[in-house]
Amino acid sequence: MGQTIIVQDLQKRYGDVHAVDGVSFSVEEGEFFGILGPNGAGKTTTLEIIEGLRQADAGTVEVLGMSPWPRNPRLLPRIGVQLQASSFFERLTAREQIRTFASLYGIPAKKADDMLTVVGMADKAGTPAEKLSGGQAQRLSIACALVHDPEVLFLDEPSASLDPQARRNLWDLLRSINDAGRTVVLTTHYLDEAESLCDRVAIMDHGKILELGPPATLVRGLDSATHISLATGTLSLPAAREVAGPDASVTDDGVTVTIATRAPAPVLTELADRNLLTGIQVRGATLEDVFLHLTGREYRA
Amino acid sequence: MTPFRSLSRAMLLGFLRDRSSLFFTILFPLMFLVLFGAIFTNQGLAKAKIIQVGPVAILDQAPGLGEILEITKQNDLAAAQEQVRQGDFVAVVRQQGDRYQLFYTAADQVRAGTVRGVFGQLVGQANAAGVPQRFTLAAEQVEDKSLKAIQYITPGLLSWAISMGATFGAAMTLVTWRQKKILRRLRLAPVSTATVVSARVGASVGIALVQTAIFLGVASLPMFGLQLSDYWWMCVPVVVAGTLVFMAIGMVAGGLAKTSEAAAGIANLIVLPMAFLSGTFFPLDSAPGWLQSLSNIFPMKHLNEGMLDVMVRGQGPASILPELGIILGFGLVIGLIAVFLFRWDDV
Ligand SMILES: Nc1ncnc2c1ncn2[C@@H]1O[C@H](COP(=O)(O)OP(=O)(O)OP(=O)(O)O)[C@@H](O)[C@H]1O
Ligand SMILES: [Mg+2]
Repeated sequence: MGQTIIVQDLQKRYGDVHAVDGVSFSVEEGEFFGILGPNGAGKTTTLEIIEGLRQADAGTVEVLGMSPWPRNPRLLPRIGVQLQASSFFERLTAREQIRTFASLYGIPAKKADDMLTVVGMADKAGTPAEKLSGGQAQRLSIACALVHDPEVLFLDEPSASLDPQARRNLWDLLRSINDAGRTVVLTTHYLDEAESLCDRVAIMDHGKILELGPPATLVRGLDSATHISLATGTLSLPAAREVAGPDASVTDDGVTVTIATRAPAPVLTELADRNLLTGIQVRGATLEDVFLHLTGREYRA
Repeated sequence: MTPFRSLSRAMLLGFLRDRSSLFFTILFPLMFLVLFGAIFTNQGLAKAKIIQVGPVAILDQAPGLGEILEITKQNDLAAAQEQVRQGDFVAVVRQQGDRYQLFYTAADQVRAGTVRGVFGQLVGQANAAGVPQRFTLAAEQVEDKSLKAIQYITPGLLSWAISMGATFGAAMTLVTWRQKKILRRLRLAPVSTATVVSARVGASVGIALVQTAIFLGVASLPMFGLQLSDYWWMCVPVVVAGTLVFMAIGMVAGGLAKTSEAAAGIANLIVLPMAFLSGTFFPLDSAPGWLQSLSNIFPMKHLNEGMLDVMVRGQGPASILPELGIILGFGLVIGLIAVFLFRWDDV
């Protein structure tokens, strides 16, 4: 499969801030690619350089075989962009917004209205953009990015300010778009989102990519402990230590007792023997652990 | 819908749904019209009082002058001149053979202008018997000088209203669209800058024509009594050209400003003094000569002159071509500056 996006050694400075510092990666056709990182990591800057909204100080970008800078009208109809800050025409209703955007791509109003339904905004079609809630505005903005059925979709924190239900719906929508062969690039703060959606993620901090690969590989390569937790009181601390064995660590925060071990099987067997499996939680390493491992600090979304 | 139409529509809807911009573009200038119309209604009708010394053939032969002039007859020229100096009369006229002499006051320039205009016309008529072209020319002159206040105020205020509407429309759209990231979003859509700009031009021209229609409609009400000349519809190209220039000015203001407050400030700073100096509120006839020549560097002056020419001075369609050319020339130069200052976003 071809490379849809090729980014090489991207650099962008704002005064003293090195917002993007030597970023290189490529995204394959049909891939679901995530950029993960805390506030100020340089995700938006990277994405906007790829979209052609900002000019890189150095480095090259190729999207669908074309350079996005300077503004490239042949590339624009083939990409769809949801910006981090929603951008709507003043005093137009949701329906008028998406119809206006649709018309810029030569898409009929009917299809624009359908897209509103897809993102669950049909009942808000007559509401002015200024009066939409944060999550509704976010959904409208995503619908506007999707309306012309682009080959490559860029989403900057699409699930920000969505409620859990809307977030799940969005995930389903994005998966179906990706399944239809569209390339999707998104940024997110949410490790679970990246884990659940992305074929590959780039973990970014301070303008650099720290690690890049499929979420499962990143997590596996970590060789980190499995966390087994039970409600405090179901198992006393000494008993827990006994079950866990010498290599594991046991902590009790007053609500849950957590056993962190690299050999979960014998521990689980022992717990089963004691008939303590009810209400138990087992959690393998997550991207959260990857982040902690890479940066030495807790992931703060 | 084409991108052009949908963008113009988006801009027009945004405008129509904003009460304050509706107010400032349509109602505010109309309030001025009503106000000025009321203040000047009587002044425009007041006759100029003049003194006639001895027989003056052109006065005695011309019928209907009583509408404009109130003529008092006296015999002593020196005494009459003194009365003019005192401000009791506007002018003294006498005839010496083929020579007409007019002594007028500098204190009441407007009425003195009227009287000068009337005599210019009368003498012209007398001279030009059998030469129709000259007669026409002189007639225009007197039309101008004897304008009733509403005839002067309407084109002036309309010029001002259109300038304000176009400048603010362009400046505000540019700044708020940039601030609200709509411009960056449009930059990502396959729509050319030319389409975005022409959509805004389309919207502004539409608004300006509606302004014109409302303005002329109100001014023509019996209580104001505007009399439009035969070629008044030639004001349409003048309005369009004026809209273009002032949109370009608005684009410059919007290009310089980062916030809408700053844009409004810059636009006001440009348009308001220009309105005064271009004679849109008050005639410049009584202004010093240097100011009258200075006013020529303002596009609003030419807009105003063009409007006066076609709407009330009764000049033919071809007569506005020079003004139209000057206005469009301004538009081109300022438009180029605007293109140079244009920014998609603040990043
Ligand atoms: N226009 C700008 N001018 C100056 N500095 C900027 C500008 N845009 C971004 N920066 C700086 O560049 C760095 C990276 O910003 P960026 O917006 O790319 O981060 P991000 O990863 O998208 O963060 P977030 O998760 O908060 O959206 C930040 O330190 C930010 O302050
Ligand atoms: Mg960001």
